[in-house]
Amino acid sequence: MERLEVLKTYKIYIGGKFPRTESGRYYTPLNSNGKQIGNICLSSRKDVRNAVVAARKAFGGWSERAAFNRGQILYRIAEMLEGRKSQFVDELVFQGATKKNAEKEVLMAIDRLIYYAGWCDKYTQVLGSVNPVASSHFNFSVHEAMGVVGVVTDIETSLIGLVSLVAPVIAGGNTCVVLANEKMPLCAITFAEVLSTSDVPGGVINILTGAQKEMLTPLANHMDVNGIVYSGTDAAVVKELEESAALNMKRIRVYDKNWMDIEAQDLYQIADVQEVKTTWHPIENIGGATSSY
Amino acid sequence: MAKKKEKKTTIEWDYAPAPESTSHIEVKDRYDLYIGGKFVKPSGGKYFATYNPATEDKLAEVAYANEKDIDKAVKAARKAYNEVWSKTTPAERAKYIYRIARMMQERARELAVIETLDAGKVIRESRDVDVPLACNHFFYYAGWADKLEYAFPNREVEALGVAGQIIPWNFPLLMAAWKIAPALAAGNTVVLKPAETTPLTALKLAEIIHEAGLPAGVVNIVTGYGDTGAAIVNHDDVDKIAFTGSTGVGKIIQKAIAGTGKKATLELGGKSANIILDDAPIDQAVEGIINGIFFNQGHVCCAGSRLFVQESVADIVIKKLKRRMDTLIVGNPLDKNTDVGAINSKEQLDTIAKYIKIGKDEGATIHQSNCKLPKNGFYCAPTIFTDVAQSSTIVQEEIFGPVLTVQTFRTVDEVIQKANNTPYGLAAGVWTDKGSRIFNLTTKLNAGVVWANTYNKFDPTSPFGGYKESGFGREGGLHGLSAYVKLK
Repeated sequence: MERLEVLKTYKIYIGGKFPRTESGRYYTPLNSNGKQIGNICLSSRKDVRNAVVAARKAFGGWSERAAFNRGQILYRIAEMLEGRKSQFVDELVFQGATKKNAEKEVLMAIDRLIYYAGWCDKYTQVLGSVNPVASSHFNFSVHEAMGVVGVVTDIETSLIGLVSLVAPVIAGGNTCVVLANEKMPLCAITFAEVLSTSDVPGGVINILTGAQKEMLTPLANHMDVNGIVYSGTDAAVVKELEESAALNMKRIRVYDKNWMDIEAQDLYQIADVQEVKTTWHPIENIGGATSSY
Repeated sequence: MAKKKEKKTTIEWDYAPAPESTSHIEVKDRYDLYIGGKFVKPSGGKYFATYNPATEDKLAEVAYANEKDIDKAVKAARKAYNEVWSKTTPAERAKYIYRIARMMQERARELAVIETLDAGKVIRESRDVDVPLACNHFFYYAGWADKLEYAFPNREVEALGVAGQIIPWNFPLLMAAWKIAPALAAGNTVVLKPAETTPLTALKLAEIIHEAGLPAGVVNIVTGYGDTGAAIVNHDDVDKIAFTGSTGVGKIIQKAIAGTGKKATLELGGKSANIILDDAPIDQAVEGIINGIFFNQGHVCCAGSRLFVQESVADIVIKKLKRRMDTLIVGNPLDKNTDVGAINSKEQLDTIAKYIKIGKDEGATIHQSNCKLPKNGFYCAPTIFTDVAQSSTIVQEEIFGPVLTVQTFRTVDEVIQKANNTPYGLAAGVWTDKGSRIFNLTTKLNAGVVWANTYNKFDPTSPFGGYKESGFGREGGLHGLSAYVKLK
């Protein structure tokens, strides 16, 4: 007798847990063959707010964690992703990608995580400075995490787009709320499962599925979100993000990149979600001894 | 001072007046707009007066630029960018900026006196802080012009184009320098609008820039009110907006340019915490509190306007603070002995008075220094409020005047929470003798600039700018360059 397949109930990811949407609603996106992808959570604005609360709660611990340790955890995500390659390829193919492109995308996603894992304990050295002020002070500038960052991804590349935006955000010590690709949500949901087995503390990355239009407004208007990164070309979305940002001076970053390109990764994407802090302290210079010898 | 003598500090004794001479200063009766390398009349034919806030005397009339004038200025800037400035070699660009710095230095005294006349700030500060820093800012950024590729490893650097810049009245010349110098170094051309109450030093700078032989249209200086600024913000051919001013206006700008692709840096308000721990050197800390809040009459976006004192030393700190406040000389800004000058405008004086009233109405205890205020001009006695809460209006809102609120705390964790519990995040001060405590606090305070055992220090090499609703982008240092370039 043929074995009956066990189907998965798709969930969202908030604070390290996998709830269904609090709204009890769902939607059924179709793949390119017209087949239903599943009963996907249609997250509400309350889910968005819950996710922001979870992200804020996780921020202190994540941003203060040793940079080296953050690097190890990003590397661990890559390890977990490597082990589940075939599942992601299957999902991408099911959602309409060719096998070849799907494989390429998954490998690229793994390598991109490794790339940003390496940056965790290096970017502050490259971006920071000791500033030679004219007065008798020691003065230095360091980059610090911005806080809670919203991540809104584009349509075409549901896995690599997600990873390319999330990795620099968390590498820099931020926590985030991700609005998954509306039409192709599977990889985002499975990525949450990868995260939950990768030592990433709950709440550092929160992933919501649903109607982007519905979730975007509460995210963009949320007073406890410090910045939003958006990958895509929808001018209306950009305008809404930038207008709403004025409520609490959110930093909005818009990327129009081909994430499948190896060049679509760099240090400056980490810097985009950082703040620069400059610290001054007097240098006591009373005795007048010089440092000639 | 020995304890016995304390009672005698109420004896009245004054310094002999030591006014800075204004005899060598040339202020014209009327100033026009500096557009396309020429001083031109405003198309609407309107002028407005700028006053000396210390005496309420009229200093000069200044052109009121309208939308048409702004369009002309932006076109001149675009033309200069396309035809001249983008084709000038970086090394030559550097030399122009160096030349401006030098010519400013040569006229430093004149600039300082005019700054004091127009803004009401004390001559000691305009002479020793504003003007030298402004000159140095040009000198510093000049050197970056031909070294930009070292500032952004692995990327190619390109100028943005035309930068529209709107600056406030608290550090008129210095803010002009902060805006113009990095913009030029990175290869942009500029349309700059000084504040309506303090246009004179920017117009003097226009004369210097003109004399320096900077190609026509590379820097355009236009004067006017808020609508003049709005015309710059909304002009289609401006690539970048740099604004320093209130958070309220910053938000309007952010909204206005949403979806236009214009780049922005906004340097906005603050309500910065100045934190005194129990092991701080108290006398130094008191000087730091005074400097933090009364520097430039408190018209400082990063002013240490929220004082937090650890409970065990609160009594002594507050006592010493009050005593020090009483020794501040408030009055004629041109007098070299004066510590606290004139409030910049009648409007600002009214705002400060409004907040002082709110403070009293909400039940806070007020203490003002017992100084004599001049009859004419706009003055406010140094003021502190004790018995305030986190929820008090005067603790939450930026006053932009010589008004300090004093709160106490018991533990370091408590003060971090309290200090960060504000929409602002511009600056903070920490006073303690212990290095590990300094670094604990400086890393956990949400602020773009943190002064440890010092306050209100600035330098061209030191990036300045805020977190959260204090705006975004940095000015000064290597990091200040990124506001004026795009990376390829």
